[in-house]
Amino acid sequence: MMAALATEGLTRDFGGFRAVADVTLALAQGARHAVIGPNGAGKTTLVNLLTGALRPSAGRVRLGGEDVTALPQHARVKRSLVRTFQINQLFPDLSPEEAVTLALLEREGLTTRWWRPVAAHGAVLAEARALLDSLRFTPAEMRAGTRSLAYGRQRLLEIALALALKPRVLLLDEPAAGVPPGESRAVLEAVAALPRDVTVLLIEHDMDLVFRFAERITVLAQGAVLAEGAPEAIARDARVREVYLGEATHG
Amino acid sequence: MRLALEAGFWLLALASYWLLPDQLPLLSQIAIGALFVLSLDLLVGYAGVLTLGHAAFFGLGAYAAGILAQQGWGEPLSGLLLAAVLSALLGLLTAPLVLRGGDLPALMVTLGLSLMLGEAANKLPGLTGGADGLLGVEIWPIFGLFRFDLYGHTAFFYSLAVLFLLFLLARLITAAPFGLALRGIRGNARRMPALGTPVRARLVAVYALAAAYAGVAGALLAQTTQFVSLDVLSFQRSAEGLLMLVLGGLGALYGAMIGAAAFTFAHHVLSEMSPLFWQFWIGLALVALALAGRGGLLGLGAAALRRWRA
Repeated sequence: MMAALATEGLTRDFGGFRAVADVTLALAQGARHAVIGPNGAGKTTLVNLLTGALRPSAGRVRLGGEDVTALPQHARVKRSLVRTFQINQLFPDLSPEEAVTLALLEREGLTTRWWRPVAAHGAVLAEARALLDSLRFTPAEMRAGTRSLAYGRQRLLEIALALALKPRVLLLDEPAAGVPPGESRAVLEAVAALPRDVTVLLIEHDMDLVFRFAERITVLAQGAVLAEGAPEAIARDARVREVYLGEATHG
Repeated sequence: MRLALEAGFWLLALASYWLLPDQLPLLSQIAIGALFVLSLDLLVGYAGVLTLGHAAFFGLGAYAAGILAQQGWGEPLSGLLLAAVLSALLGLLTAPLVLRGGDLPALMVTLGLSLMLGEAANKLPGLTGGADGLLGVEIWPIFGLFRFDLYGHTAFFYSLAVLFLLFLLARLITAAPFGLALRGIRGNARRMPALGTPVRARLVAVYALAAAYAGVAGALLAQTTQFVSLDVLSFQRSAEGLLMLVLGGLGALYGAMIGAAAFTFAHHVLSEMSPLFWQFWIGLALVALALAGRGGLLGLGAAALRRWRA
């Protein structure tokens, strides 16, 4: 079966430093896959290589069988490869409603349109409100300036912008980072509510979240794949415990 | 409420013809300045692209319309069109250079390009008249009906009408999805590619659009004064445009126009009062407004209005 997202020998050097080393991954359609690893393991560089924010030094990225290695970021998004950011990348001056509307207009390929006001795109506006409503944004929050929202709300908006694009492959870069435990449930629910055929790659630090969510886990260490397998196997893997979970298994 | 304010603004602009009948050339100059600042606002205020060389397009438009008329085709509207097309082309041509790096490279590249164009105009007296200016510009009556007169009656209505029409177009564009995408790029250029926006293509488009607007403003100046001098390409024009924009309020079309009017009036009045010292007061106002935020005069006005209604 053709992988929804796959890499072959993906490598990225920064000067003499190899941040990602010969990573080969394959995610089946509908996969719930997590990438874990200690700080500096190359997780964020891997995301940037997958999305096209960075070019690999070697190796290929395939999206649904198509080689997208040479495609820029926006072209990969048009092919339904969507990401969220570890550090919120929002629009401080726009309201959540405007920001999600912008994402929807972009998904529909309408942002070259200059002759019709945004306000006349009723269906898009309604969809934006419905999406925010499903994430429990109040009408007042939808219209507030993004910069005035609480951090947990901003984190949800970060996810909302990605969901608005109706991804087929979704990369979640530490979605629960910095979210107070009470609010991280809302983030999790949003991810859990995705249609089953959406492929999800979760980059995460929070082991609870990873073991609850992932059906398959890849462990990165020093840029390379250390282990890959089902959560139970990973949890038992001695090497993983040593480099990542920090448990001394001997001595 | 909003619509009433807008109508009031334009009625006041029109009424200035009867309120200040002795100042028609100044009023035309304000309308032309407002169009130039509107153009800067599209680029700087909406899309967040910085420039110190926007006079390049203003000057190109002025010389294009001026030379066309000098060479024997004085029909004004085709002069505006030529200016718009040539300026947009120059914009398309130079956009890749300007949009290559960050803010500082953009400032330097735009400044450098406008200096080069200014020097080229200076060294081509056969085409531009050089330091003596372009003489012999003769503009035909608008639609063959309205002759440009010595007192500036026609020039006033012509400039104001062109400003109004191009304002309506800018208003349409900024309220449309394209305008929202520009605000998105200014707000977070890193997020936009992750939404699927080809950021470069959008910026090139708005750069060419802003260039065309500036070119039309330059052409209006050439046609209404029937003269073009080297200062259409000067650094001072680029810089003053930015001053007017910050004064009036970034990212709001009315801010751009109010800034142009306030600056030009202040210049006129203050320089009569103290010919040497007027820039001090402009500078003071600018520092105060820049520290007050992006809103400028328009922002202050809106805040005052909110307080008054509350």
